[in-house]
Amino acid sequence: MLNQKCDEKNQNNNEFVDIYIMGKRYSVPSSLTIMKAFEYAGYTLLRGCGCRAGFCGACSTVYRIGGNHELKVGLACQTKVENDMYLTQIPFYPAHKVNYEVDKLQGDGDQVVEIYPEITKCLGCNACSNVCPQDIKVMKYVSHAIRGEVSKAADESFDCLLCGLCASKCPANIVQYKVGLLCRRLHGKYLAPKANHVKDRINEIKEEKFEKQLDELVNSSKDELANKYNNRDIEK
Amino acid sequence: MSYTSQLRELIKKVEKTREERLGHDFPRMTPEQKQDVLNNHHPDYIKDQFREAKIGPNKGDRFPHELCDVIEGYPAVKWDEVDTSKIDYDVDVLVVGGGGAGASASLLAHEAGANVLLTTKLRFGDSNTVMAQGGIQAADKSSDSPATHYLDVIGGGHYSNVPELVRALVTDAPSVIDWLEDLGVMFDKEDDGSMKTRHGGGTSKKRMHSARDYTGAEIMRVLRDEVLCRDINVVEFSPVVELLMDNEGKAAGAIIYNFETEEYQVVRAKTVIITTGGLGRLHTQKFPTSNHYGATADGLVLAYRAGAKLAFMDTVQYHPTGASYPEQIEGFLITEKVRGLGATPLNIDGEQFVYHLETRDVEASAIIRECAKGKGITTPSGMQGVWLDSPMIDKLHGEGTIERELPAMVRQFARFGVDIKKDPILVYPTLHYQNGGILINDKCESSVENLYVAGEASGGTHGRNRLMGNSLLDILVLGRRAGKNAAAKAQSIDNKDAKLNLEHAKKFVEELKEEGIKRTKTSPILIPDYTDGELS
Repeated sequence: MLNQKCDEKNQNNNEFVDIYIMGKRYSVPSSLTIMKAFEYAGYTLLRGCGCRAGFCGACSTVYRIGGNHELKVGLACQTKVENDMYLTQIPFYPAHKVNYEVDKLQGDGDQVVEIYPEITKCLGCNACSNVCPQDIKVMKYVSHAIRGEVSKAADESFDCLLCGLCASKCPANIVQYKVGLLCRRLHGKYLAPKANHVKDRINEIKEEKFEKQLDELVNSSKDELANKYNNRDIEK
Repeated sequence: MSYTSQLRELIKKVEKTREERLGHDFPRMTPEQKQDVLNNHHPDYIKDQFREAKIGPNKGDRFPHELCDVIEGYPAVKWDEVDTSKIDYDVDVLVVGGGGAGASASLLAHEAGANVLLTTKLRFGDSNTVMAQGGIQAADKSSDSPATHYLDVIGGGHYSNVPELVRALVTDAPSVIDWLEDLGVMFDKEDDGSMKTRHGGGTSKKRMHSARDYTGAEIMRVLRDEVLCRDINVVEFSPVVELLMDNEGKAAGAIIYNFETEEYQVVRAKTVIITTGGLGRLHTQKFPTSNHYGATADGLVLAYRAGAKLAFMDTVQYHPTGASYPEQIEGFLITEKVRGLGATPLNIDGEQFVYHLETRDVEASAIIRECAKGKGITTPSGMQGVWLDSPMIDKLHGEGTIERELPAMVRQFARFGVDIKKDPILVYPTLHYQNGGILINDKCESSVENLYVAGEASGGTHGRNRLMGNSLLDILVLGRRAGKNAAAKAQSIDNKDAKLNLEHAKKFVEELKEEGIKRTKTSPILIPDYTDGELS
């Protein structure tokens, strides 16, 4: 289907571009994303491919455009091919991970610097923000983390996919995306106000407050259930 | 690629009717109207798209052709290359799959003192879980109750769900939310800490909890981090290609395959938990899919060969709103939260034709019907679609709501030049979820002893149709139960002298031959083939 569509398009608009995958040249429809262009060229992706929809961060790609020195990065499933694009995938990026017991931490900012002390070496070059495919202000949340502003760092880093491209560019060897993750967990666990109604409901369930109602439903016939369902109150 | 001039002209019709639609809800369908649109337009009701399984525990049951094809495939493992007496990993609990169900099962099994191995086909965490955007249900507000949640689930599932599983789902739900909060998941909350909750299709109370529109991503990244912080062995890029049984025919391990070195390894386990997800990437009825790259029904194939019964495999969920424009994101999910916030579906004339929060199967069928009537919009790539009027959201809830509540969606479309705050989106149903799966009880036990199942690979909880937000819930409810129960069972098992074998698979091959099924395909297929450009 795709091929057919592309062929038609080619005849109409001649919209094909030349790209280079690991140095080999392929001609592909210009409407494709990098990921689909790999497959169009005949590659079966094992690494460097995940959700295919911009949520998992598995398909980090490095590329440059012919004649230009600048190395660019992006998610293969979210970036369209361009003519004269030189491509390679980053199947695995080795990054430092600190193991911690979240139950034994506290919500204060000192924890972040203790666990990831390298953040204090941030040079302020902003290379991390410049490569983020989610347009997150990475350097800004690292600055928050350095100052111990855990909640601000959590909020600013929230849309992170953990693709790791920020860390790949950092001259100070900071693993920004893991710092953001730690801040979000600290905020979620210790700093955000608690949802008391959840605890209340758990207690009611423990006290078997709903058992009788549930027994009744479990033992209802299909017609009885349909009757109840079709006449249930719907909250505005 | 922003909208073409032809589409721009059509958008004017949407804008023209917007003011008069504000504040006027389209009527909900009656039960009869729902049944009518399902009978005539839902893909599950197209008889020739299914066939009877020729072999196995569900012989004679109707499965989609694409599922039959993998069920009736020959084992991919070459017997003579595997020495099952040479054990590479010896563990209490083997968890197969690295999504939300696998992670939560691993955490609970580990907490129960088990030695756990989690093995996954792709990267740990890359799964349908990470793509779940809209939310997770739980009846934890005083206006709501587990019984009300139960009624919504079973009504949405057309009263076919397994009652004990629905009961487990709704009863454990508040504890799951509490567990996540305690692990550090950042839910959307009011200033006093209470959860912000909204409606989803088919809910009678506002019980959808969210973390912006990255709910699944947020849950998965926290669960993965927690697993990695503990003493749990995780092996990536290593799918299970066959289960192993002991002499009594009980599950006792698996053969895993290292994608890079192309070597097999043998795992001996006291109990095995399958959490491999669903079948989206089989593209039933040639639908595009919102699913993860790895959703190729592998767990179903493995468990079926081992003798586990499947349930509800004749029903597949097509999410009403997959993107049908621009071409680069065809089939991608437009989260139901968009409709939950008030965006309505409209035809080519800018008219609404269905209430925007019917259950998914009904909503999808109504969209398919509208397009069949010739009232859909044809995209430049030849796909059909209807409008989803996203700018209504800011009109209803105030400027800035879309930006705040739907950052992933805004970003997704902005990458291709479409501003969903200003312009409506083109949508058509996309293959979204496997309603059925391996039949389990409320302890997550399958019909094969010592084989547990959780998450989308399991069947029965949602009956013939799942409501939004109950999948993120079930992977955690069932994942936790599977982990806890599999670890407890493992304590009573002594498998030191167990002779691991593949007799079940060999027997399955004999049956395939007896039925005259030729060796044209092998399964599990592990990775879908998109090199022909057919579907993606």
